[in-house]
Amino acid sequence: MAAADDIEAMARRARVPWLTLKRREAIEAWLFVSPTLIGFLIFFLGPLIAVVIYSMSEWNLLSGEQIFVGVANYRDALTENPDFWHVIRNSVIFAIGLVPMNMALALTLAISLSRPRRGVVFFRTVFFAPVVTSAVAWAIVWKFLLQGEGGTVNQLLALVGIDGPNWLREPDWAMAAVIVTRVIKMVGLNMILYIAALQAIPRDYEEAARLEGATGWQVFRMVTWPLLAPTTLIIMVITTIGSFKVFDHIYLMTGGGPENGTLVLAFYVYEQAFEFFNVGYASALAMIMFVIVLVLTIVQLLLRQKGAT
Amino acid sequence: MTQGQLDRLKRVMWVLSLSILAIPFVFPFLWMVSSGFKSATEIFGQPSLIPRVWRWTNFVEVFEYQPFARQYFNSLYIAGLVTVLTLILSSLAGYALARMRFAGAGLLMLFLVSALMVPEEVTIIPNFFLMRWLGLMDTHGPLVLLPVFGPHGVMATFLMRQYFVALPKELEEAGRMDGLSRLGIWWKIALPMSRPALAAVAIITFLFSWNLFLEPLVFLSSLKKFTLPLALANFTDAYGLPLWHLQLAATSLAVVPILIVYLIAQRQIIESFAMSGVKG
Repeated sequence: MAAADDIEAMARRARVPWLTLKRREAIEAWLFVSPTLIGFLIFFLGPLIAVVIYSMSEWNLLSGEQIFVGVANYRDALTENPDFWHVIRNSVIFAIGLVPMNMALALTLAISLSRPRRGVVFFRTVFFAPVVTSAVAWAIVWKFLLQGEGGTVNQLLALVGIDGPNWLREPDWAMAAVIVTRVIKMVGLNMILYIAALQAIPRDYEEAARLEGATGWQVFRMVTWPLLAPTTLIIMVITTIGSFKVFDHIYLMTGGGPENGTLVLAFYVYEQAFEFFNVGYASALAMIMFVIVLVLTIVQLLLRQKGAT
Repeated sequence: MTQGQLDRLKRVMWVLSLSILAIPFVFPFLWMVSSGFKSATEIFGQPSLIPRVWRWTNFVEVFEYQPFARQYFNSLYIAGLVTVLTLILSSLAGYALARMRFAGAGLLMLFLVSALMVPEEVTIIPNFFLMRWLGLMDTHGPLVLLPVFGPHGVMATFLMRQYFVALPKELEEAGRMDGLSRLGIWWKIALPMSRPALAAVAIITFLFSWNLFLEPLVFLSSLKKFTLPLALANFTDAYGLPLWHLQLAATSLAVVPILIVYLIAQRQIIESFAMSGVKG
């Protein structure tokens, strides 16, 4: 290879002196990445910078005026608008409800389905099926099933003598319903990530522990769980961030209601921007959302580094 | 109890507990399809998985209520276009990041990876004005551009890069000896060797586009331009209340083909998601 390169380099140098092989490669590389990079700058980085500027403007689409107001939108959100803290509270409840439930269920399923035996493929396919289904379809069907009167879930509960609530019309039940249906929708993804991690653990480790007389639980607690720690952290990051981004589910099942009981951050941003046209305020909310996700990511990456040492 | 009996008992318990857990995963699909065949009144009658009267006409009405065939086609062609563009651009950029040495490569990687942390809701407001300025409101433009160039495209680029990095270099070097250009090596050698990664990117990208909701909601306004998720949400009466029998029939039409493909190619599809690892 070296010889061929040298010959080519010499040939190049003879014709265009500055175009060394190295430079030529660099130019080609930039050409390769340029479509992605240019699109990224226009449709992602540009908007990301723009949203910072918008967030510092008073801009109502209906009046059409855009005035620079500094941090007023942030102050408005953090100190004046009572909705904001309510929304943050809802988002935190959503995350606290969803993340542990999702991860515990994912791990349980993964442990039951990580060893090859008859039926494993079938059950994996079943638990993963909602992941490939559109969130819209999933939310529509569950909204149908969870109706107060005549809803299928309540009809089935009635068969065993339970009088089910009007799930999506009572704030606390609505939140619980949205969380649980979201867990069922997404748990398959974490399940396969855990299965991959479990299968990467050498069997000898667990067998050695068993030979020392450890019980099943002890093997899990002392061997499997510590070895899964990196995967657990990654899954925690992804799932927590995902929980702050949840939008379509809320939009279709509850519309943020009842009594704003399921009004979470992503939905609030959408509502302020595209239903009330408070562009400045909505942009400030979007920035806050960005910062929350960023902080979560950094905290969990730091935890991961600490865990590694 | 003998060891054999114990094993059999364990197996029965395993199947039983997983089957019970599986109910909320399977039940919604069954109920969706069955209710799609019921009349508006039967839907709220006694619960039964088998409709008393099979109303096939629901599936005709779905197409009369709104331009559902057109909307179905929109979703298909947009997802197809997004998939092809993502495959080309992500494998080009991923190849350069994996194989070619150039100043700024590390910085570029860092720059791109930061995109993975940013929710779409953050950039959708400026993108709304950008698309309006470009004259792309109520067109399918934004639904192609944003997935291809946004965080999803970046994720695909990384997936491709990781795969290229792990490929043996020898064939590519042989190609270079034979006088192939970089573009030729990428197309004739690197791409054919990375079929699993390309398949993974294709699968998750198609589903990503197919299931997209926020962007169509923000950018589309005319019924004929709607994509499936938006159309499904739109089966409502004059008061905005759902027309359940139509909505569930339409939802079945949208979901069942995907499920059939999934059942046929489940191993491949599940692996693709495992490879991407960062979605959620």
